[in-house]
Amino acid sequence: MEKILQVKDLELSFNTFGGEVKAIRGVNFDLYKGETLAIVGESGSGKSVTTKSIMRLLPEESAEFKNGEILFGGRDLTKLSDKEMQKIRGKDISMIFQDPMTSLNPTMPIGRQITEPILKHQKISKDEAKKVAVDLLRLVGMPKPELRMKQYPHQFSGGQRQRIVIAIALACNPQILIADEPTTALDVTIQAQILELMKDLQKKIDTSIIFITHDLGVVANVADRVAVMYGGKIVEIGTVDEIFYNPQHPYTWGLLSSMPSMDAEDAKLYAIPGTPPDLLDPPQGDAFALRSEYAMKIDMEQPPPFFKVSDTHMAATWLLHPDAPTVEPPEMVIERMKKFPGSRYYEGSAN
Amino acid sequence: MARYIGKRLIYMFITLALIATFTFFLMKILPGSPIASADKLSPEQRAVVEARYGLDQPLPVQYFDYMFGLLQGDLGISINQFKGANVTDVILSRMGPSAQIGFQGMLLGTVLGILFGMVAALRQNTWVDYGSTIVAIIGISIPSFVFASMLQYWLGLKLDLFPVALWKDGFMSSVLPSIALAMFPLATAARFIRTEMIEVLGSDYITLAKAKGASGSEIAFKHAFRNALIPLITVLGPMAVSILTGSLVVEQIFAIPGIGEQFVKSIMVNDFSIIMGTTIFFSVFLIVIILVVDILYGVIDPRIRLSGGKS
Repeated sequence: MEKILQVKDLELSFNTFGGEVKAIRGVNFDLYKGETLAIVGESGSGKSVTTKSIMRLLPEESAEFKNGEILFGGRDLTKLSDKEMQKIRGKDISMIFQDPMTSLNPTMPIGRQITEPILKHQKISKDEAKKVAVDLLRLVGMPKPELRMKQYPHQFSGGQRQRIVIAIALACNPQILIADEPTTALDVTIQAQILELMKDLQKKIDTSIIFITHDLGVVANVADRVAVMYGGKIVEIGTVDEIFYNPQHPYTWGLLSSMPSMDAEDAKLYAIPGTPPDLLDPPQGDAFALRSEYAMKIDMEQPPPFFKVSDTHMAATWLLHPDAPTVEPPEMVIERMKKFPGSRYYEGSAN
Repeated sequence: MARYIGKRLIYMFITLALIATFTFFLMKILPGSPIASADKLSPEQRAVVEARYGLDQPLPVQYFDYMFGLLQGDLGISINQFKGANVTDVILSRMGPSAQIGFQGMLLGTVLGILFGMVAALRQNTWVDYGSTIVAIIGISIPSFVFASMLQYWLGLKLDLFPVALWKDGFMSSVLPSIALAMFPLATAARFIRTEMIEVLGSDYITLAKAKGASGSEIAFKHAFRNALIPLITVLGPMAVSILTGSLVVEQIFAIPGIGEQFVKSIMVNDFSIIMGTTIFFSVFLIVIILVVDILYGVIDPRIRLSGGKS
């Protein structure tokens, strides 16, 4: 498959009054054409910062690339000037934000907000751009699009506004769509509609999606591959099945265990103990070690390298080292692993 | 919209009636008489003069006479300051210079202030920002008469670019007072726009505009500016009234025959009808500006567009 975006050894820091916050500490991933890659992780894990750094939307005066590159179309996005980035933003890479209630300009009719990127990136007349915008609104399922072009954001509901934001993002048929928790601010029924819409549109315009979320239920629904982030690093990456049914990193175990399940027998919901690491002074070894009951001495001393689990699946945990003792994952994870061919708990197909 | 304005007009009328009533009785409570050198007149002479201006009538009669005249647009005649001249004519003739320097000062101050504020917000925490903040602080804290004197001394006397005072050379005479008047709106606009722009520039829809590929200037002017205007409009409305209707101090310093200068004198000589007339004139102006500001809100921000308006 064709790689459309490559993030290599990306390191990024924020210079604050308190010191240097190492928000991204060596992130590597590839994005393939037409796939949906979900990035999951708790608040402060660096998932939003990673995608914002791809778009270069972070404040220039405080955010600083320390190392690594972001390769897109043969160019390193970390090195481009702001002018060159403006030509990529909204055209080749576009973004959907978390809160549709605040991401539209309240004093501009939505028609103008949709035609703006079209007029900016394509050489077409205003009237043609308007037609494109009406078509886009129809595509995202907005009834009576012609009438609604002249209306302002406050005249739409939250779900409708997110549809408009999606229409804006898709206006120039981008190669990459970054969705930063696009359903977090919506209620559950609308969430499902928006996810359906995104899946539907992805097929129609063949774009790659980076989907940021902390909601594993959403991940299972939309993603082809999943990257789990913790403390500014990716700790595990693999296909959706590999992450859900054969997870290797203790943090992924924790995440999966803390997900409410329909068939969990004991009613108590698991919570990962402790708090995320302070990235002003990141831990030496595995950032998750302090919160992990599986931590070994080496986890406190050296950061684990990536160990390959399969061609598509990698995890950064010392537990995968040949010399590491075999540990029992949490019961809930074992239950999941029983369904995955190739895991050591596989019990054969259930039917 | 028409219904809304109609309703507002009725309220405006009531407000004006109340202002006129209060001013009328407050003035009557004040000691002193509008009749110049009243002590030197014999009681007979005094009675003649008082009868001429209706001052011999009981207070309620005077009040209703005045209000009835007001309804017909009659502000009465000047008692001593302009010796029997029609008050409306006096105000209108004095309005010209005040309005001119006021308008020029407002325009200059607001435009420059908005510019300063925008630049400061876009270059936050650089020397440009600090420079504009210093200008704003100077504009607000140094009184206009200090500016006026400095302008007279440097630009008028030392460099001899503009006339130092008086209202004789048309536009040239209006330059220095306009600059002196511009400082306060400039400082205010710069502060308000800077604060509001910084807040707006941090909002999600600005990030989205950036994500669409909009350039820095497009973001500032197409997306942020309009959203940053609302608080400024709120303060600029009343400020425009006070400046357009004449700054007492600046008009005194530059010896401009404006409405402010005349208002001060009328109070000193107890010219009841001029005080009343000018107060009512100011009030009408202020009330109309407030209505205009309320309508402008809706024009700028569709979320506060008035019910019944075109949606």
